[in-house]
Amino acid sequence: MATANMNPNRNPMPTQDPAVRARNFDEVALGYTEEMALDEAKRCLNCKNAPCVTGCPVKIRIPEFLAKIRDKDYEGAYQIITESSSLPAVCGRVCPQENQCEAKCVRGIKGESVGIGRLERFVADWHNAHCAEDPVLPPQNGIRVAIIGSGPSGLTCAGDLAKKGYDVTVYEALHVAGGVLVYGIPEFRLPKKIVAKEVETLRKLGVKIETNVVIGKTLTVDELFEMGYKAVFIGSGAGLPKFMRIPGETLNGVYSANEFLTRSNLMKAYRSNPETPIMKGGKVAVVGGGNVAMDAARTALRLGAEQVSVVYRRSMEELPARREEVEHAEEEGIQFRLLCSPTEILGYHNPDDPRDPKNGFVTGISCIKMELSEPDERGRRRPVPIPGSDFTLEADTVIMSIGTSPNPLIKSTTQGLAVTPTGGIVVNEAGLTSRAGVYAGGDAVTGAATVISAMGAGKTAAKAIHEALSPTIE
Amino acid sequence: MYRIAEKKILNPTVTQLQIEAPLVAKKAKAGQFIILRVDEEGERIPLTVAGTDPAAGTVKIIFQTVGATTEKLARKEAGDFLQDFVGPLGVATELEGLKKVCIVGGGVGCAIALPIAQALKNLGAEVTGIIGFRNGDLVILEEEFRACCNTLTVMTDDGSYGKKGNVTLPLKELLEKGEKFDRIIAIGPLVMMKFTVLTAKPFAIPVTVSMNPIMIDGTGMCGGCRLTLNTPAGKVTKFACVDGPDFDGYQVDFDEAMLRGRMYGAFEKHAHEETCNLFKKEGK
Repeated sequence: MATANMNPNRNPMPTQDPAVRARNFDEVALGYTEEMALDEAKRCLNCKNAPCVTGCPVKIRIPEFLAKIRDKDYEGAYQIITESSSLPAVCGRVCPQENQCEAKCVRGIKGESVGIGRLERFVADWHNAHCAEDPVLPPQNGIRVAIIGSGPSGLTCAGDLAKKGYDVTVYEALHVAGGVLVYGIPEFRLPKKIVAKEVETLRKLGVKIETNVVIGKTLTVDELFEMGYKAVFIGSGAGLPKFMRIPGETLNGVYSANEFLTRSNLMKAYRSNPETPIMKGGKVAVVGGGNVAMDAARTALRLGAEQVSVVYRRSMEELPARREEVEHAEEEGIQFRLLCSPTEILGYHNPDDPRDPKNGFVTGISCIKMELSEPDERGRRRPVPIPGSDFTLEADTVIMSIGTSPNPLIKSTTQGLAVTPTGGIVVNEAGLTSRAGVYAGGDAVTGAATVISAMGAGKTAAKAIHEALSPTIE
Repeated sequence: MYRIAEKKILNPTVTQLQIEAPLVAKKAKAGQFIILRVDEEGERIPLTVAGTDPAAGTVKIIFQTVGATTEKLARKEAGDFLQDFVGPLGVATELEGLKKVCIVGGGVGCAIALPIAQALKNLGAEVTGIIGFRNGDLVILEEEFRACCNTLTVMTDDGSYGKKGNVTLPLKELLEKGEKFDRIIAIGPLVMMKFTVLTAKPFAIPVTVSMNPIMIDGTGMCGGCRLTLNTPAGKVTKFACVDGPDFDGYQVDFDEAMLRGRMYGAFEKHAHEETCNLFKKEGK
């Protein structure tokens, strides 16, 4: 190998100017140029034990694809990635690489780790721009497998099984495939045409996608087996939004992050779809500190809010969103109200005129300031309210982004499917549930987590399904 | 895509469509709903199922033209296609064990009340029907109700057909005469359901109401359809799409539901006008 590029700093990601991007829905990160990609790939030391691979939930052979980049064989690099990942253009954008592959990178010890995620994105975008030919269909074995949900776990499981020759059908409850990739993650972080392209690639591999079918309602898991499917994978996600159970949460102008983002992304309010109403403008408060909260806050800003605040009960140090997203949000002018917890959402009420059109709409949030306690036995510093520190934050729209719980529709209609007390489906290490032939993965099992961990679960289940069904191939 | 097999105009603002959706037709029960999109980029609207023909694979929907989407839907003809049609969603109305039931329907809500009345008749229950409309021109499904109700009273606000007054008048008379219904099932505008509950309260007769709030996905994901129940254990938030659409009328916070129904009032009025203008332009 040629001498590595020993620059301690990685090539910065070109981005849209914060002042401009805060008012549009175009992608924030613009992607590496070929020159940047070549330079960055040269920072890899090609470690023998490849610690980066151990940090990847789907075990992409990272040093090998970086070597292909250095050889300018970008399609070769893409082929290496797709052996492990069905959605490279997605993962290159939304994976928390800083906690995964890049966290294990040796270059990160005395400088910045190699920008593996940025290189993955470069390779995937290069492929999408330059390669039009259809994937080669593998020999078909005729065994039918049903996948419930077309989010990251379902698409990965479907892709892996299709590549092994299975006859795969994906059932999706909404009118378009992609799950959280289309209803949740906004355009400026993950352009929808990229998701559509990845789904199209699966279709070309022979995967059938049936939208508008709610498993648990339109069809049950038992009926899928009666229809001839030999295995079922449940990747139905963590659907149900949580609320804080404080007064005022049913006022007009209070959204779950799911609803706000779905209106903007899936229902296209971000493109001013005249058929999708959404509250915009004015002052917006987002309650929560995860990636979804960042997405909601930045979406509200782009829809035209005057002022957007993120209200989070711990400090910046504990804020769970990706650092990069937080930095982007701060650059765009999102305000962070840390160590602050809502106690009530306040609404307008005109006692003299029940027909006053402002009645029932949000006017603000009552908050109380918090301080962090001494670490408990688990080392966690709990937020504790400071007595008498109550204050009111003005708001026209409040977006609750405090997590979701698994959707109970399938559990409630599938006999013998064991779930945890919080509603997650119980699986073994291979993704098998308490029902024979029924596998599960992603947020339906873990509760809200990341795209890549869901993909990892889809991959594990696909392997287990293949091991269980391949002996039946004639 | 989902083909419209049949179209029937029930009154100047209410239309009935039979949609080809075999999987939904096989499963849907009285009280459940579907979500449809008229076209690409269209909004998702929930409509309660008005009947099914599992053999023909069709689902009947009856809707009133109230906004941009229902306006577009009403202009579709037999043979046209709808972009999306998904269901059945929600929990079916609980009818087992009911022997004597009063069905109260208001306006287009009668379309949802009818399959429940029919199901009750098939279960051998005695069904008293009270249906109300603003005026005689808007009366729908009267013959169908007569066929499945032991007695039927038709009310109009202006007295232009049937008896004059709202649906709570005959209900109150019946209750005062000592009629002991196992249950009252009220489906119609929120204000009608609210006053049906108030009318029944002194007689301690259970009332089931059918809620139809704003929603997107219909599977519990958005939480937009949440409503408050005042239960003995305190206030509880429920999602109409997965926990309903039927609820115990005594527990529903109707005033809050009415305020929530107005969330996008200004937007909808604007969108409806835009659509009407578009159709006017096309007409020229």
